[in-house]
Amino acid sequence: MTARFQIVAAHFLAPDVKLLRITAPRIAKHHKPGQFVIIRVNDTGERIPLTIAESDPAAGTVTIIVQGIGKTTKMLNRLEAGDAIVDVVGPLGKASEIEKFGTCVVIGGGVGTAIAYPTAKGLKQAGNEVITIIGGRNRQLVILEDEIRAFADKVIITTDDGSYGEKGLVIDPLKSMIAAGKKVDYVLAIGPIPMMRAVANVTREFKIKTVVSLNPIMVDGTGMCGGCRVQVAGKSQFACVDGPEFDAHQVDFDILTKRNAMYRDLERKSVERHQCQLEGMVK
Amino acid sequence: MANPLKPAERMKIPRQHMPEQNAGERSQNFKEVNLGLSFELAKTEASRCLTCASPKCVDGCPVGVKVKEFVELVLDGKYLDAAAKIREDNILPAVTGRVCPQEEQCEGACVINKKFGSVGIGYLERFVADYERQSGKIGLPAIAPATGKKVAIIGSGPAGLSAAGDLIQRGHAVTVFEALHDIGGVLIYGIPEFRLPKDIVSNEVENMRRMGVQFETDVVVGKTVTVDELLNEEGFSAVLVATGAGLPQFLGVPGENLCGVYSANEFLTRVNLMKAYRTGEFETPIFDCRDKNVAVVGGGNTAMDAIRSAKRLGAKNAYIIYRRSEAEMPARLEEVKHAKEEGIQLLLLNNPVEFIGDDKGWLRAARCLKMELGPADETGRRRPVSIQGSEYELPLDVAIIAVGTSSNPLVQSTTPDIKTRKGGYIEANAETLKTSKPGVFAAGDIVTGGATVILAMGAGRKAAKAINDYLSTGQW
Ligand SMILES: Cc1cc2nc3c(=O)[nH]c(=O)nc-3n(C[C@H](O)[C@H](O)[C@H](O)COP(=O)(O)OP(=O)(O)OC[C@H]3O[C@@H](n4cnc5c(N)ncnc54)[C@H](O)[C@@H]3O)c2cc1C
Ligand SMILES: Cc1cc2nc3c(=O)[nH]c(=O)nc-3n(C[C@H](O)[C@H](O)[C@H](O)COP(=O)(O)OP(=O)(O)OC[C@H]3O[C@@H](n4cnc5c(N)ncnc54)[C@H](O)[C@@H]3O)c2cc1C
Ligand code: FES
Repeated sequence: MTARFQIVAAHFLAPDVKLLRITAPRIAKHHKPGQFVIIRVNDTGERIPLTIAESDPAAGTVTIIVQGIGKTTKMLNRLEAGDAIVDVVGPLGKASEIEKFGTCVVIGGGVGTAIAYPTAKGLKQAGNEVITIIGGRNRQLVILEDEIRAFADKVIITTDDGSYGEKGLVIDPLKSMIAAGKKVDYVLAIGPIPMMRAVANVTREFKIKTVVSLNPIMVDGTGMCGGCRVQVAGKSQFACVDGPEFDAHQVDFDILTKRNAMYRDLERKSVERHQCQLEGMVK
Repeated sequence: MANPLKPAERMKIPRQHMPEQNAGERSQNFKEVNLGLSFELAKTEASRCLTCASPKCVDGCPVGVKVKEFVELVLDGKYLDAAAKIREDNILPAVTGRVCPQEEQCEGACVINKKFGSVGIGYLERFVADYERQSGKIGLPAIAPATGKKVAIIGSGPAGLSAAGDLIQRGHAVTVFEALHDIGGVLIYGIPEFRLPKDIVSNEVENMRRMGVQFETDVVVGKTVTVDELLNEEGFSAVLVATGAGLPQFLGVPGENLCGVYSANEFLTRVNLMKAYRTGEFETPIFDCRDKNVAVVGGGNTAMDAIRSAKRLGAKNAYIIYRRSEAEMPARLEEVKHAKEEGIQLLLLNNPVEFIGDDKGWLRAARCLKMELGPADETGRRRPVSIQGSEYELPLDVAIIAVGTSSNPLVQSTTPDIKTRKGGYIEANAETLKTSKPGVFAAGDIVTGGATVILAMGAGRKAAKAINDYLSTGQW
């Protein structure tokens, strides 16, 4: 099959984090913040979900921001403007719930910042006060700072090693904010599972409405396989159609963590195979 | 040429056996199990037909394939004519010859069935369809002059494909929208290669392309585009919803979210659509079943397909757990027979009530109950009831749930003026397949609930006829 989806722009935002803009007019027209696409790079490739960071209906493009962590994401990150991929399908999942909540704290950890970005912007446009906390392991991994500063009321940056912003975890400024008596009406947290769990634990006792975007393993993204099921409030939900956003206080993070590790050995082998192929090509 | 044998002589000929890969070998590869009849076998089998004056087999076929006529053409060695005869009523003979539950349809109705075993109609259908394909002489039907009307078909399973084939011949411009990246619906993502080689499906799709049907993959109608946009903005005069009943059902028992518990849809999609069985070539992972204990819960075709796939992926113990007895299994007879030959163990009158995990969240065992058959329920099948104190633990590494599917909801939920009934299935007129929304028709599993390839195909053709009437008269 010919690769139909053209990449019109591509550049790195951080080491291993790349922004790709792809022509997909129907998806651009229907996209709402919080939704994602499923892509396949080539005919032997895997289907993986990626959030739509931005869409431009007039130009007919969608933007994705990809962190290269395994075989497929690393392949994507080697693509440049002018290349094309075989499949992009979407927009999938429910749109984020965007209303006037009051004061919203949007927390993005690592590439989760890219996933949170369109919703944060939407929350601002809906008239909320938006405070954004961007976390990264180090300075280089803090992404989209300028783009977020352009609309957010306040931006706080944390790094694990203190190389930029405040040293510590994203929950630290959240805790101090709440301790200082700031009234927080809504929290959106997107990032690694331990981070989302930690945020949920902080806000639970204050009964602050908190939403997380879950990242289970997906195949079709249309509700057809059930592989993406997560446990929320004791019930199975399909993240691709019922989510990906869920009430953080109801999510069973343990099950999610375990299910996400299901193919770890096979994935490692795939990367190894892939690296051999790459080295083979260089020789 | 008439059959020279007298009816009494014909009845003396035993039903011919389908040559197949031997069970030990085939249970380790994904190549087709049935190898197909030779010319010799086909002629012998065809000569068993009594050419009844009012053939029951034709009545037994949901789409009325002219069985008697095509079997006579086989006897005359006119294979291409035989294929053309089938195609008058069934555009996917190479598929249905392989997957129809013949024992409940044409063959079940055959007058010699009870006493001597029916004529192998399915085998013969497959034989002529394969002959036609391999001859490269599939006569593409004539296409009527362009009407200038556009029809959108949502879903590329047997219902959508058959409608597309008919509508293009009537001169309409036809676009098939498919959510997945490949065409064929269940034929491509569900039914495995060893039962229905994917080349056969892609060959049919290629023929349709040559006839002018446009296929657009990666379009989830309801998400990527809506039915109203197709009608009002993209210039389609009619829409056929043929989205199937592809949503997996789970048991709702504790432990179903453990690692190692799959829906049959996920397992089969990974294996078939994503080709996970070709590790190293394709990227999608599947649980490494080698030397593991795998069980499928359910007794239909889907269950058989899943467990036989697991066996081929190297499972040490491959079980079917079914809560009724073998007689109630909805799977095709041939699939159950093949499964048993391949070493699949049937745990009949058993029912899992819980999945038990280890501390890392991986499936370790299923807690099962033994069942017995009580009085018949409203469907006429005897209802299984559990036996007190029969609980036991079955060690398992993988459990695959194949207890049915439900309607694909995305079109209905975004097109509220399409009326649905219980379970989200679309309400459509039995004859015209019109829905409550003008210009929109529906056919296949999305109307009937999970059924069969031939019924979906028949419905697709009915819808095509109604769509053609609607487009030519403008009357809703
Ligand atoms: C709704 C949703 C939105 C996402 N948005 C983004 C995004 O905007 N940017 C981004 O960089 N990442 C995003 N992800 C995560 C991204 O899909 C995974 O990083 C990617 O699939 C990894 O594939 P791989 O082959 O590179 O890595 P692998 O080595 O195959 O896998 C690494 C890990 O990624 C996860 N993963 C693997 N396969 C899949 C799959 N098919 N579906 C989901 N997760 C999988 C597993 O946890 C696995 O352990 C999102 C995930 C979800 C569910
Ligand atoms: C594993 C398995 C084995 C089976 N074995 C047999 C057998 O041996 N014999 C037999 O007769 N029957 C068998 N069946 C049943 C048979 O396959 C179905 O009855 C038949 O395929 C139904 O056809 P359909 O066209 O209605 O739907 P499907 O074949 O389900 O096709 C529907 C298509 O629509 C697509 N779709 C859904 N929603 C959307 C959307 N919103 N936008 C775009 N596209 C969409 C789906 O991706 C799919 O490709 C089996 C089924 C399964 C699952
Ligand atoms: S990804 Fe298959 S159901 Fe969600």
